[in-house]
Amino acid sequence: MKYLIVFALAVFIAAAAFKSASLSPAPVATPAFAEDNGGITLPEGFRAVVVADSLGAARHIAVSKTGDVYVKMERVRDGRGIVRLHDANGDGVADQISAFGPFSGTGIAIKNGYLYASSNSEVFRYKLNDREEPINTEQPEKIITGLIDRREHNSKSIALDDAGNIYVNIGAPSNACQIRNRTKGSPGQDPCPLLDSVGGIWQFRTDKLNQTYKDGERYATGIRNIVALAWNNTANDLYAVQHGRDQLNNLYPELYNEEQSAELPAEEMFRVKKGSDFGWPYCYYDHLQKQKVLMPEYGGDGKKVERCADKQKPIYAFPGHWGPNGLLFYTGTQFPEKYRNGAFIAFHGSWNRAPRPQAGYFVVFLPFKNGMPSGDYEIFADNFAGGNLDPGKARFRPCGLAQGPDGSLYISDDQKGRIWKVMYTQ
Amino acid sequence: MKRIHIIFSLVVITTVLLSAQTKPVSKERMAAGKKVYDTYCLTCHQADGTGVPRLNPPLVKTDFVLGDKKRLIGIILKGMDEQVEIDGNYYNNVMASHDFLSDQEVADVLTFIRNSFGNKAGAVSPAEVKAVRAALNKASKR
Repeated sequence: MKYLIVFALAVFIAAAAFKSASLSPAPVATPAFAEDNGGITLPEGFRAVVVADSLGAARHIAVSKTGDVYVKMERVRDGRGIVRLHDANGDGVADQISAFGPFSGTGIAIKNGYLYASSNSEVFRYKLNDREEPINTEQPEKIITGLIDRREHNSKSIALDDAGNIYVNIGAPSNACQIRNRTKGSPGQDPCPLLDSVGGIWQFRTDKLNQTYKDGERYATGIRNIVALAWNNTANDLYAVQHGRDQLNNLYPELYNEEQSAELPAEEMFRVKKGSDFGWPYCYYDHLQKQKVLMPEYGGDGKKVERCADKQKPIYAFPGHWGPNGLLFYTGTQFPEKYRNGAFIAFHGSWNRAPRPQAGYFVVFLPFKNGMPSGDYEIFADNFAGGNLDPGKARFRPCGLAQGPDGSLYISDDQKGRIWKVMYTQ
Repeated sequence: MKRIHIIFSLVVITTVLLSAQTKPVSKERMAAGKKVYDTYCLTCHQADGTGVPRLNPPLVKTDFVLGDKKRLIGIILKGMDEQVEIDGNYYNNVMASHDFLSDQEVADVLTFIRNSFGNKAGAVSPAEVKAVRAALNKASKR
């Protein structure tokens, strides 16, 4: 009996000791919120941790179920283009930074036990273990290859559905499919010969190796360039926000003044269905007239509609040239109820509004209901540019968005490479 | 007397040649160049010549602007469709041909660019533009 009491006591002490030992480097430590939220402004009740800084041009990001952040770098550094940020002590700040993947690019995503990442012409995937860490960073599977990269609009954003498909944007290396790109007086090619291999979103399988154009399917067309691309699991549909055409005043000063050229065309948000045609390069959306109108390269005068009448309209329209680079549908429970299933959109910031003042350089929130916008957007995170809204001088430019396992919102910057973790604290 | 004449002529010619190298650009030429810049260049290269990261290269103290005038004139006339690297940064957008500008307009805008945004370099003359244009035309006919 005596032994039994001693044994029970020993077990109790051991258990207590084990418990405190396992809790001391707790992964739920107090977040190390930055004094000034890392330079950005947020709505009341939200605060931000700077996860990492000065990584270089950090494009899209993905967060694993254990909170590791994977960052796709626009350019490789020391031969590596995917950066992994690990927060060992749970304060939100990365304390282990490593890198792998010998390719530059933009797209990255985690889905069903794989990390997917794109270069400007290929897509790779890395098998993950049960903690969602790559098992072998040296030997990814190449699932898609040979996509067109002619420099302009060459980034390949990716999104994955629940049925084993991956969607890849293939931007058009062109402003408006003129015979001579961006050249005053050069007419639009009719039909535009680019549309068979670019200017749309292609669908491939996730589990087949070395797929090329012939293995994929052109899922949607008439899209100039997409960087902000996301699959919405609630609506079970693909969504995208387009970079609209540039230089209306430059190329057609007799039709568009500087003010119109800064506002037009809209940055269009699409609900993308199989077979969708959004009209590029023949049409653009004018959010002031609420109409798709004919491009001036195809005989348009800013009002004529003609063949644009049956092109698919956007589900929401933002002012021109803001540069939508990141799209995330928020499904967490950390943020207040109104954010549930709504869209966060990172606007990289304009250059083509010059000589008018530039705009964008912020993250907006757009509420959704039943897969459609249910109200107007509001600016969620701002002041990335630090007061200087010029593309070359802006302090930060928001690009990628991701949701953490605890419902935090991660934002990347591709000007210097800062990563924020935004949390709700009330 | 004849010798004095020759010496005098040499002095005059030397002075003219030297002043062509160093003479500050007139306000009128800068204004004419700025007008062309604002109409055709500003949207991409921005009001202060700083350009757009990864798309349109800056015009501030780069070799493209301050270096070989013939190459610079050629870029305006022909355009440029290749990746440009400046200080480790890469720029990908196409530069459209601006061969519809007159020799005078090209000379004015390049003189403006070479003496704005912190740049300081010699003026470009319409004759220099004309020569490059003729060489390009000849090359394209061959």
